[in-house]
Amino acid sequence: MQTVSTLLSGEWYERYRAISRLNMRSSIYDVTNRCNLRCKGCFFFSSDEHTAAPEETDIGRWEAFVEKEQARGVNLAILIGGEPTLYLDRVAAFYKRLPTYCATNGLIKIPRDRFPDMMVGISLWGDEEDEKLLRGKDAFSISSKNYAGDPYTYYLYTITPRQLGRTERVIKRIDDAGLKVHMQLLSNDEGVEGFSWTPSQLADIRAEMDAMLAQYPRTVISCRYYHEVITTGRMLGRPFGWNECPSVTEPLDTRDPRPKRLIRFIRWAADLQTMHRCCTSATRDCRTCKDGAAHMSWVMVNKRDHLRSTEDLQNWIEVYEMFAKLYKFLPW
Amino acid sequence: MPESKEARELVLRIAEIIIGELKLEEITPETFDPDMDLVDELGVDSMDLATVALVLQDEYGVFIDEDDYPTLKTVRLIAEYLSAKMAAGKNA
Ligand code: SF4
Ligand code: SF4
Repeated sequence: MQTVSTLLSGEWYERYRAISRLNMRSSIYDVTNRCNLRCKGCFFFSSDEHTAAPEETDIGRWEAFVEKEQARGVNLAILIGGEPTLYLDRVAAFYKRLPTYCATNGLIKIPRDRFPDMMVGISLWGDEEDEKLLRGKDAFSISSKNYAGDPYTYYLYTITPRQLGRTERVIKRIDDAGLKVHMQLLSNDEGVEGFSWTPSQLADIRAEMDAMLAQYPRTVISCRYYHEVITTGRMLGRPFGWNECPSVTEPLDTRDPRPKRLIRFIRWAADLQTMHRCCTSATRDCRTCKDGAAHMSWVMVNKRDHLRSTEDLQNWIEVYEMFAKLYKFLPW
Repeated sequence: MPESKEARELVLRIAEIIIGELKLEEITPETFDPDMDLVDELGVDSMDLATVALVLQDEYGVFIDEDDYPTLKTVRLIAEYLSAKMAAGKNA
């Protein structure tokens, strides 16, 4: 029988041990239904999730809610929206109690005197041309000034098919701003013309993502196995999709048989009562879903299936480490 | 002190449950090292442990608190944990 120590030795075994007991338990929170941008292809607005529930406005209720989440065993709060920085008191309700990651478009600068080590992920949808087309403005020119050199911030670069052959310039600009970057792929929820992936484009972008990681290893937080899984939609010969997705809200998960999944994961709407189906749009077709976090988590929850060979287990370790670094459970 | 027959049987049964629930191959309850670290060696995660714990709870009628999972590192430690819980139940 294959065990961890028959497959790994020395440094790899130690890396395995360092992560094997981290036991990260995340949930996702819509902090608000509002945003100061309206990006084409934003799943939140395209699937009307901004109207799914009214916002809770009483800050005392937010604080009590976070305490309940803590008691539920959550040890990583992932804040999304809408734009969370529009309501910093709600963000603080989480940050004071839990390791917190805040997604933002970066137009508003999070005050570091109030949130000194909160992880911040800035969304980026390509170069100036694509950002203007999809988001109505070159958000990078503002966010990169707001966060230049910030040690707790990285860009979450959503690569579109039109970015093929153009990613290096984007990554170089992030590197120049003294920031890190993690890459994921657009799912094109609103079917914008020219922004849906073809198989050959996916093969090409995988090669390009590998090349960026090799060229900018200190800037790019990623690993080759993640690139493989997200571009092919396959892991250990299995296709990604509804039957495999780990990021379904637990109380709404009626799948039978139940796949390996994130324990206690819930995505909460901003009324703090309504639950969304999963970490992304409820109207998205799971067969074409390219959600980066869902793909990473898919690998992570299927640890024992990677005990097939040394290479498989090392691949699993790299994906787990990447996730842990993105949320500062491991240093960069 | 030599292991009692009951303790040995409990260890074998827990090993059998783990092998069955986690679909382990090339191993039997008899060849399962009761001191093998389930996380560090077998790659067991908390969802696996929860699955095994449910079966143990049904079979032995004891409640296994999720907060105790980190201490349930080996088959022997699980056996000791269950024995203690069952004894406490009898004495209650
Ligand atoms: S900034 Fe984010 S939340 Fe706002 S519209 Fe764009 S993708 Fe949606
Ligand atoms: S849309 Fe994506 S994240 Fe949501 S359930 Fe489907 S596969 Fe999972």
